Amino acid sequence: MFGLLASIIDGLLVGSVYGMTAMGLTLIWGVMNVINFAHGASIVAGMFAVFLICRALGVPAYATLPPILVLGFGVGIGIYWVAVHRVIGRAPLMRLLSTFAVNMILIGLGTALWGTVLFNVQVDVPGISIEGYTFPGTHLVAAALTCLIAALLYLLLQHTKMGKAIRAVAGNREAAELVGIPTSKVLALAFGLGVALAFVSGALIATMFPFTVLSGGSYQLKSFVVTVLGGLGNPAGALLGGVALGLVEGLTTPFMPVSWTTVVEFVLFIFVLIAFPRGLFNFTFRRR
Amino acid sequence: MHQLRQPFFWIIVVFTALFMAPLWDGDVQLRESLILAAIYIILASNLNLVTGYAGYVNFGSIVFFGLGGYIGVWLTVEGWSLPAAALVAGIVVSALAFLFGRGILRLRGPYFALATIGVNEAVKAFVSNFAPWGGASGIYISLDSYLPLGGPRQALWTIYLLVVAVMGASLLLSYFVKASKFGLGLLAIGQNEDAASVLGVPTPFYKAAAYAVSAFLPAMAGAFYFFKSAFIQPVDAFDLGFSVEIIVMLMLGGQGTVTGAALGAFLYEELRGRLLVLQNFADFQLVIAGGLLLLIVTFAPGGLMGWVHGRWPKTRKFLP
Amino acid sequence: MKRPLRIAAAALLAAAMIFAIGTARAADTLTIGFTVSQTGALNVDSLAQLRGFEMWRDDVNAAGGIKAGGKRYQVQFVTYDDQSQGSHVQQLYTRLIVQDKAQFLFSPYSSGLVATAAIISEQYGALMMSIGGAEAKTYQLGNKYLFQTYTPADNYLTGALDAVKQKKPGATIALVYSDDPFSKAVANATRDQAKERGLKIVLDESYPPDQADFSAIINKIVSAKPDALLGGGHYPDGATLTRQIYDQKAGLKWITLLVAPDSGQFATLGPAALGVSVPSQWAPQVTYKPDFGPTSAVFAKRFQDKYNTPSDYHSAGGYAGGLIFQHAIEQANSIDPAKVAEALNKTNVTTLFGATKFSTDPKSHGLQIAHQMVMTQWQMKGGQLVKQVVWPSAAATSPLLYPIH
Repeated sequence: MFGLLASIIDGLLVGSVYGMTAMGLTLIWGVMNVINFAHGASIVAGMFAVFLICRALGVPAYATLPPILVLGFGVGIGIYWVAVHRVIGRAPLMRLLSTFAVNMILIGLGTALWGTVLFNVQVDVPGISIEGYTFPGTHLVAAALTCLIAALLYLLLQHTKMGKAIRAVAGNREAAELVGIPTSKVLALAFGLGVALAFVSGALIATMFPFTVLSGGSYQLKSFVVTVLGGLGNPAGALLGGVALGLVEGLTTPFMPVSWTTVVEFVLFIFVLIAFPRGLFNFTFRRR
Repeated sequence: MHQLRQPFFWIIVVFTALFMAPLWDGDVQLRESLILAAIYIILASNLNLVTGYAGYVNFGSIVFFGLGGYIGVWLTVEGWSLPAAALVAGIVVSALAFLFGRGILRLRGPYFALATIGVNEAVKAFVSNFAPWGGASGIYISLDSYLPLGGPRQALWTIYLLVVAVMGASLLLSYFVKASKFGLGLLAIGQNEDAASVLGVPTPFYKAAAYAVSAFLPAMAGAFYFFKSAFIQPVDAFDLGFSVEIIVMLMLGGQGTVTGAALGAFLYEELRGRLLVLQNFADFQLVIAGGLLLLIVTFAPGGLMGWVHGRWPKTRKFLP
Repeated sequence: MKRPLRIAAAALLAAAMIFAIGTARAADTLTIGFTVSQTGALNVDSLAQLRGFEMWRDDVNAAGGIKAGGKRYQVQFVTYDDQSQGSHVQQLYTRLIVQDKAQFLFSPYSSGLVATAAIISEQYGALMMSIGGAEAKTYQLGNKYLFQTYTPADNYLTGALDAVKQKKPGATIALVYSDDPFSKAVANATRDQAKERGLKIVLDESYPPDQADFSAIINKIVSAKPDALLGGGHYPDGATLTRQIYDQKAGLKWITLLVAPDSGQFATLGPAALGVSVPSQWAPQVTYKPDFGPTSAVFAKRFQDKYNTPSDYHSAGGYAGGLIFQHAIEQANSIDPAKVAEALNKTNVTTLFGATKFSTDPKSHGLQIAHQMVMTQWQMKGGQLVKQVVWPSAAATSPLLYPIH
């Protein structure tokens, strides 16, 4: 009996991290109508950042999160000016393909640099065991950090000047331009923020599971599912969408073979996309 | 059929006929290079109907190829002849595409693009669990299955001719659709869907029809390709990375043009073939394809044919 | 200025070597083509296999080449990176034959890729030594030019079942395996074999080969309360599964996983690796008396010296595959593929890798029917993790550690 509960709890823990991976994606979409297909590569970059910093400096994995956030922010702004700035407002085809191209370049370079061997970041956090079921410490810490980061993001968007500018540009770019907001710079900041979130979520995933250069693909697909559940362009929805996806996984796995959960996920994905294109949890901040 | 009097119709006929060159002296090397080029041309041309003409980005077009491959391989293993199996694969996949298309084509822009990824992944996950098709292990083709075609070696020639025929059909399809009222409707949808709808284009039906039509020939090509491979498994049949490469081909040649789709696919095959065998540079295949795509998207969204058409406007007429 | 100097030195050395070989009568070369998974999910095991091939080639060439028809053939490789992807395999093998004029083929690594490459040997009448393709189905399609050196997948887990049964008759088993052709074939066979031995399978689960999160599966394992876990797939998933079992304290008494624990890299998992066992085509400690070629001990030492990493069954398999191929050419006294195939049909030898004999039944031609497997387990020895042979008991170098937790 406790097995089902354990499965649900673990689903929720992992689901919150899915939510975190999707937050960056959905933020960028909400602000500039661009699906960041370089999201998977950004997640992988975060994973490797943890690994490399830990190996070079010997610091605990969690201490690397602040510098990784800054690094991701810088990389994101770089990607914006190289690939995104020129295609904003152009046909959907161009908006979709430019970040996809960046993804291909980054993954290709990563493969050339590190090959595709498995990397493992050793993190020792004691877990909690109840009736033989263990919730690993890394999962608990990752879920807690996710909530913390989500709260910080909320404060940033609602209560800082930068956040207000981002929301203004998301709501109506022309109007924002008219009242003197430098919209291109704000878009770059928003893109940087989105990529920084992807970096940090990658870093958290690396503390939980071993990874390779190619791991980003599956998390990117999961992020799409989560984003669609939560409503594209809606960071709070993304967190809820992630938790919902984790819940679905937790609820289904005890009753069906694990390999079928992917089928359930993607069928749900298509269904929600068609039936509720605005997502299940749509209290968007955009229109306010 | 006034198109028969147009020079471009004859360009297609001659181009397809040139693919018969390996038959001349039994040049196996040329045949193997051209069969891949032909498959790429089939996939890029058909993707062009939905993505180039109607402006709907289909990231998961590979699902037609893979599903067609599965149905074709499964039927041949059950004892069907290859052309019959491929035809049924084409019809079934087209019908499925029409049904699915009615649903997901209600979505626009990025929402549709995401849905196409979802469809490919859902089908891949389902087939991976579908026991009659061997699940994740896939289907193996016994060598006896090649006997009707004269054994494994002789079969390669037959398969080659069938693939080239499908390629010719794909090019003609692209051309006839573009010159038809249906094609005009699709182009109008690509320009401005709401305006097209107001002007009387039956947009939902046109979109679903284009989606279904674009599934037919790739499904047949999939049946031939995987029969040639003697083995089909989900990771090869529904490879999302390959699906994106088809988009790169289309962008390279120039989306929305018949010539561009074929040219882009042909050039990309040449490039990929070269990169694949460079020692230590195989990884850079992805980097180069990505870099190419980024350059095209940011600086030359019309691709090669866009450039040609801009430079020599008269070419628009006889190289559509 | 250091770099040009080093290049010049290397060039001189290479020239000297070519000259040395040249004086020993060169001219005749034998080209063998194959693809290697330099990148992608299979690269750890595929690279080990490549090193085995290369060491065999260097040994052959240093000894003057392969003798056939009064000539001595220097062995030359043409290889490409297949990136662990089936779609590249066929294109590259076709190229190897048609463009690079490879006279013989070695297979790529893993059952899935061998299944894809196999048809090429029939399409072009080229002989292919299959090394690293254990799944039996590929050899039951009517091939005439494909020869398997590994024990087929059906027998991978029989040793583990026997060992568990000996320690605890009536033990319960969780079968958790990757959804790839090889692992699935193993699992299908294991299901029946467990029943024959009176062992009950209480959990039967497969997962996609790129699975990164096993917590859901491990919760199911805990719920099912099995004594032993059998299954796995290839390196990335096997290593991840092992680490998470340890993190989530699944409380298993026995773990046997396919392929992954055989690699030396597995030791980087630290305490999680302790007690995990792996069915192995070969181990450095085995004591077969080879009809030709080095003994296991000699091979293992030379391999360690040459590559500065321990040998495993993938590298030994590569080396032995080369030896068996060479033996067949020498027996045939010809490099005509049909004659070499004839010689391989008659092969019945023992090498460092163990016994080798190919099925000549038309229904399963080329299938390996003599080779036996061992089982190794990660144990502590002098404060270090080492792999010990623990099964069959007759070949054991250390007693079986049971229960492991």
